[in-house]
Amino acid sequence: MTTQPVHFYQIGSFAVGNRLLSDDERTVQSNLDRTNSIDSGHRACQGCGEALGARYALDAAMRATNGQIVAVNATGCLEVFSTPYPETSWRIPWLHSLFGNAPAVATGVAAALRVKGNRDVRVVAQAGDGGTVDIGFGCLSGMFERNDDVLFICYDNEGYMNTGVQRSAATPPAARTATTEVVGPEPGNIFGQGKDLPRIAMAHDIPYVATATVADLHDLERKVERAMELHGARYLHVLVPCPLGWGSASNETIHIARLAKESGLFPVFEAENGKVTSVSKIRRQVPVEDYLSIQRRFAHLFGKNPRPDVVAHIQEMADQNIARYGLVDEDADSKEMAE
Amino acid sequence: MLRQIEGSRAVAETVALCRPEVVCAYPISPQTHIIEAVGAMVKAGDLTPCEFINVESEFAAMSVAIGASATGARAYTATASQGLLFMMEAVYNAAGLGLPIVMTLANRAIGAPINIWNDHSDAMAVRDSGWIQLFAETNQEAADLHVQAFRLAEELSVPVMVCMDGFILTHAVEGVDILDQSFVDSFLPPYEPRQVLDTSDPVSIGAMVGPEAFEEVRYLAHLRQLDALERIPLIAKEFAEATGRESGGLVRSYRTDDADIIIVALGSVLGTIKDAVDIRREAGERVGVVGITSFRPFPGRAVHEALSHARQVVIVEKAFSLGSGGVLSTDVAMAMQGTPLTLRTVIAGLGGRSITRRSLEKLIEAAGRDELEGLTFLDLDNGAVERERARMSATRRSGPSAENLLRDRGTVSSVKAKEEV
Amino acid sequence: MVTAAEILSVAAFGEGRHAQAFPSFGSERTGAPVVSFCRIDDFEIRTREPVMEPDAVIVQDVTLIHQVDLFSGLSKDGYVLVNTSRDFDELGFGDFFSEFRPERLVTCPATELALELLGRPLPNAALLGGFAALTGQITMTAIDKAVRDRFAGPVGERNAAAAAAAFSFVTSKEEELARASSD
Repeated sequence: MTTQPVHFYQIGSFAVGNRLLSDDERTVQSNLDRTNSIDSGHRACQGCGEALGARYALDAAMRATNGQIVAVNATGCLEVFSTPYPETSWRIPWLHSLFGNAPAVATGVAAALRVKGNRDVRVVAQAGDGGTVDIGFGCLSGMFERNDDVLFICYDNEGYMNTGVQRSAATPPAARTATTEVVGPEPGNIFGQGKDLPRIAMAHDIPYVATATVADLHDLERKVERAMELHGARYLHVLVPCPLGWGSASNETIHIARLAKESGLFPVFEAENGKVTSVSKIRRQVPVEDYLSIQRRFAHLFGKNPRPDVVAHIQEMADQNIARYGLVDEDADSKEMAE
Repeated sequence: MLRQIEGSRAVAETVALCRPEVVCAYPISPQTHIIEAVGAMVKAGDLTPCEFINVESEFAAMSVAIGASATGARAYTATASQGLLFMMEAVYNAAGLGLPIVMTLANRAIGAPINIWNDHSDAMAVRDSGWIQLFAETNQEAADLHVQAFRLAEELSVPVMVCMDGFILTHAVEGVDILDQSFVDSFLPPYEPRQVLDTSDPVSIGAMVGPEAFEEVRYLAHLRQLDALERIPLIAKEFAEATGRESGGLVRSYRTDDADIIIVALGSVLGTIKDAVDIRREAGERVGVVGITSFRPFPGRAVHEALSHARQVVIVEKAFSLGSGGVLSTDVAMAMQGTPLTLRTVIAGLGGRSITRRSLEKLIEAAGRDELEGLTFLDLDNGAVERERARMSATRRSGPSAENLLRDRGTVSSVKAKEEV
Repeated sequence: MVTAAEILSVAAFGEGRHAQAFPSFGSERTGAPVVSFCRIDDFEIRTREPVMEPDAVIVQDVTLIHQVDLFSGLSKDGYVLVNTSRDFDELGFGDFFSEFRPERLVTCPATELALELLGRPLPNAALLGGFAALTGQITMTAIDKAVRDRFAGPVGERNAAAAAAAFSFVTSKEEELARASSD
């Protein structure tokens, strides 16, 4: 009698498109009939987190709205690589105006749809961190304050990548960028108070705020679909590693995003009307070194002139997030359980 | 119906008749009364269906208009001066995207120094943006031009700004005939976009264009402006036939047939100039005036025809290019190339300084005696300027010029009281 | 004063004339001296300059009379109406008006009338009534209608009453001055 090993495919694994999941639990991307709102042929870098995030987010929005969305895009990587003159990879109505006005333009689109009595078509605005946290901030706050019916998605790769990796208000401390070089007593970006857009969005008491990463694409899709169930101003902040800007291997994008979450540096949660409603716990906490050391933008913290003090400072930030959002279960046993 | 109302109110009511679907604006003097009036109409349900959006900046205002227009809604906004500059990126963007937005520009000076009164520096700052710029001489024309503006914008897919002098027109109360809804509806059909964000027919709007095609795209936009040179007079003619009054068009001449000297200007100052012209005519001077209504596109041929028989043309402008000279003058000079005409530029009315009929009369007299220099600043206080220049060369930190000028002038007092009042 | 010039222009319009009213200081700031202008004509008014040579000056705030040059350009045949309970000769103008026509220079306690009839120190309507009486350039009927159009309901009525009261006041003043000059 021969024995044959039996493989168990576990539900809830990190793999997407798992055929053992029920239909509604599968990712949109696993469906042959997905809309491909942003289609192949775009010019994103290999391993681009933003391309991955945008693809998932928009197709999820299309599923949630029966294919009725208009996308407004700020200037930035996504806009540039998706519309390489004279081609476009967008299969949905798409408008690019300027760098700082995506929220306001989206407000205008939503207003026009409303005035024409069109209740079916929904508006998604998207921008990188620069177009959200810096130059788009004023318009974003205005859109929040008016509670305009727009889902705003920020793809956060923590810098102005399209223009050559310059620092934005979303750039983490110590990170090397072209405008925060590794020179002087404080190499890389300085330690400031940061600009926590998800919390700022919550402070506007808008209907829905959520953070996500490209490490958990189910979660990202689910959050987009949740957002599309609601009306009013909604904000989704997605961490999207940039291999070029972060100096990471192009096949490690998802891995790095996972480490960002698991270290506590990037809290993943949802909030409604200014209050946190759910938190995605850290499965297996990792020290920040694990996350930082595989990105060349932090290489100067290790190597020949290591800066353990800076690393410790960053660890403090992670610990603060863990405390603030309750990212780690008190029960030590739960950490041992695999999934 | 003919009513005695404030210019801003006349414009607001006329814009409402044009059935705008999305109105968004940020307050700035002297446009506030227009937007307040439209906002009140929307809130009260008198203007419907219309979305009135209180935006957080002028940049947002034009951006909202862009989004709305691209989605097929008729969009309107208003601004002035600093607000126009704040939305400048979006102003160029709207023209480049070919969106038929209509905007009222309540002409106001641009700082620093901050100044809320009228001049044309704001309009001049965006003259290269690709927007059509129409200048109103009276509040009647200001109101009427908005109807023509929407029609023109939507026919050509080019945004249009209606310029009206801030305070001088916006805050003046005078007789304006407000059109009725049925006429406006017949004159202005519903907006049919050339490109629109439509889920059943998706397009990508706003993609990058490289060196291979940018020049052609720009040139095509220029041609659309030149098309406007054809459309503007036809629209004005149609309007005149229906209403019995002249509003709009490219240029308008007054007593120029046998004129030796012709004054050229934009906007409300034309009224004062006409009064001055009449007085000089009585004194035997052969003088006339040409008002340019369509500043962009610049009606070179029409201007040439209107001016070529004169001996001297005096361009009175409310803006100038620092370090160079007149702005309108440059366009007029281009149009008059090849003629033996003498061109004189007079900068007047900057920052709201009144242009008086008396000063204009003296100006015309001086022109008649060939005493005008190439570039003159009307009613400039030369003494004050010289004294300030002396102060500036005497010490490095001579203090703010404006303060020094005013101190130098002292305060004006009327009859001194013998006892306290 | 912005409202008064405006109402006057509406009144003139109501009589079928052309009228133009505008402020010279259109700023957002309250409390600053404000001048506003009104032109009335039987033909279209084209000019946009401030009124340089007024035929009449209405002074709403008497504290300005020695602080600001209010009468520049006023013709010797011009009218002056000052809002005060004092008489014209008590205002300390000295010889300034010696060549003017005395019957065209009057005061009217418009603020007091307004306080009495409106309950508020808003003298605009009253001053217009006084102006109508002084100059005869506009009828009291037109002023009355314009005031009622501008201010709805009981507020309009009270303002109209103030205008009428000022009209009577100035009319009597004029009669007095006429008697005095014929003595």
